[in-house]
Amino acid sequence: MELRLATHKQFGAFSLDLDLVIQGEACGIFGPSGSGKSTLVSLVSGLLRPDRGRITLDGMPLFDSGSHIDVPPDRRRIGIVFQQPSLFPHLSVRGNLLYGLKRCAPEHRRIELDSLVRVLQLEPLLERGVNNLSGGERQRVAIGRAVLSNPRLLLMDEPLSALDDHLRFQIISHLKAVCREFRIPFLFISHSMLEMRLMTDQVIALAGGRVAAQTTTERLARERMGLSPVGYINLLRLEDMRLEGGASVYRWAGGELVLPGGEREASGGLFELSSKDIILFKRHPEAISARNLLACTVVTLFESGSRMGVELASGGGRLIAEIVPAAARDLEIVPGSTLFAAIKASAFRRLAVPEPGAALPEPEPAG
Amino acid sequence: MPAFSPAEYSAILLSLKVSLVATLISLPFGFLAAYFLSYGRFRGRLALDVLVNLPLTLPPVVIGYLLLILLGRYGWLGRTLGSLGVTVLFTWKAAVIATAVVGFPLMVRAIRVGMEAIDPRLIQASRALGAGPVDCLLTVILPLSARGLVAGSVLMFARGLGEFGATIIVAGNIPGVTQTIPLAIYDYASSPGGDPMALALCLVSIVLSVAVLLIHEQLGRRMTRLD
Repeated sequence: MELRLATHKQFGAFSLDLDLVIQGEACGIFGPSGSGKSTLVSLVSGLLRPDRGRITLDGMPLFDSGSHIDVPPDRRRIGIVFQQPSLFPHLSVRGNLLYGLKRCAPEHRRIELDSLVRVLQLEPLLERGVNNLSGGERQRVAIGRAVLSNPRLLLMDEPLSALDDHLRFQIISHLKAVCREFRIPFLFISHSMLEMRLMTDQVIALAGGRVAAQTTTERLARERMGLSPVGYINLLRLEDMRLEGGASVYRWAGGELVLPGGEREASGGLFELSSKDIILFKRHPEAISARNLLACTVVTLFESGSRMGVELASGGGRLIAEIVPAAARDLEIVPGSTLFAAIKASAFRRLAVPEPGAALPEPEPAG
Repeated sequence: MPAFSPAEYSAILLSLKVSLVATLISLPFGFLAAYFLSYGRFRGRLALDVLVNLPLTLPPVVIGYLLLILLGRYGWLGRTLGSLGVTVLFTWKAAVIATAVVGFPLMVRAIRVGMEAIDPRLIQASRALGAGPVDCLLTVILPLSARGLVAGSVLMFARGLGEFGATIIVAGNIPGVTQTIPLAIYDYASSPGGDPMALALCLVSIVLSVAVLLIHEQLGRRMTRLD
């Protein structure tokens, strides 16, 4: 997929000036509300017309004010998943799913109903009306409907914002599963750094109607660490839980981790850990209340706002801790130095429980 | 209560027939007008809006008189129809036209209320899924306007039963031919000793109106259940 955009759009006092080239199979569009993310979706899909400029997808012009080209949205073959599922209330789940497929020319049909229903696990819903589905089910149907229109590009405009946390991660697994299975290039639009990191490794940051950065998600997350009230979120996949002395002990790539006991619903899952919740020691602390003490090697140091990020390697696991620059000087932290990282058992927060048959959202590898 | 003669029965039947035909003929035009007024982005939208709504504020007599000129022997429409051998004036067809014109704004308003309540995201979703404007109109906007179409039809039908001013001018007041309930009441009310008959016809009018409103209510409730 190659999307080129050079457009200008004016809304009263707000102007959106975009000049960007997106290549690859997945890209995130990140920015606060009002930065122009949703307008970008409307411009690319043809629901909104730029004042001037040019948009091409894989070399084919979708809009060109110079030569008066404006391909209508129904001929662009660009699917959209909106924040709200926006299912047709007068059609059944099956009717909704088939709406786009029926209108797709036979030569473009790659994805058929059966395989989609299998991947999104929609079989039990097919004959139901859409008005008595749960929020997560509706969004799954909306994703299926967009995918079945066999688009060249799928635009996901904050598709998880209307869902609660538990459902968000379920839907992320489904989104990733369909896009991988059917190899559909997508743009994922979100204001959530966490969602962005779970969905894509390439990202464009928008601010005030301009492109602020085109970078990797990992780099953007590190840059924002010092600005964000929650710091940098480490994503850890923990497995093989066993109970030991009232606590839960999980296996992690970087060693064993101790979490508060009492969680028996699943033996593993995806957990988050803020960079603010890791305390670094130069030497092994003799007595400490934190249940986790990991011997780590410093990989790199980076600055982010008034903070210093420290990337640590512990076995096969990576963690990012944040400290103030003065602490880095005092502890003489440089790449290669050895440190002890202390983490309280209660600092971990579970993001997703693996469902039978569904893959956990995989954090994109650090760039 | 006085016994109705065939003339009164035919007035009742004619009222129902004129109103029903006028409503059915107006339905597709009303739907299109509502669509263009709700979603159209074109020059002259305001003019269309004014034109559609004009009969609402114009005295029905004025509408009747303008239609009389338009459909008369020397009017451009009357001439065209005359050359085809069709006479409209002073037949029940003229009553249908008068009723349709007078009731049209009510119908369009009711359809628009329903149409503008459709979530715009549904229309965008349908376009992005490959539906062209006409396809989207037929497969999304039309079915989702059903409630407005029913409300508009009922409103127009009920209004049509009472049409008087425009009808009496273009269709006249010929018993058994163009005399509807309001025209018959007018006749009886202005002739000595006609009061019992006028009141009886008033009662018929009230019964019909209440029946129409009840049917409307019932349909509305059933549609809410279907949602």
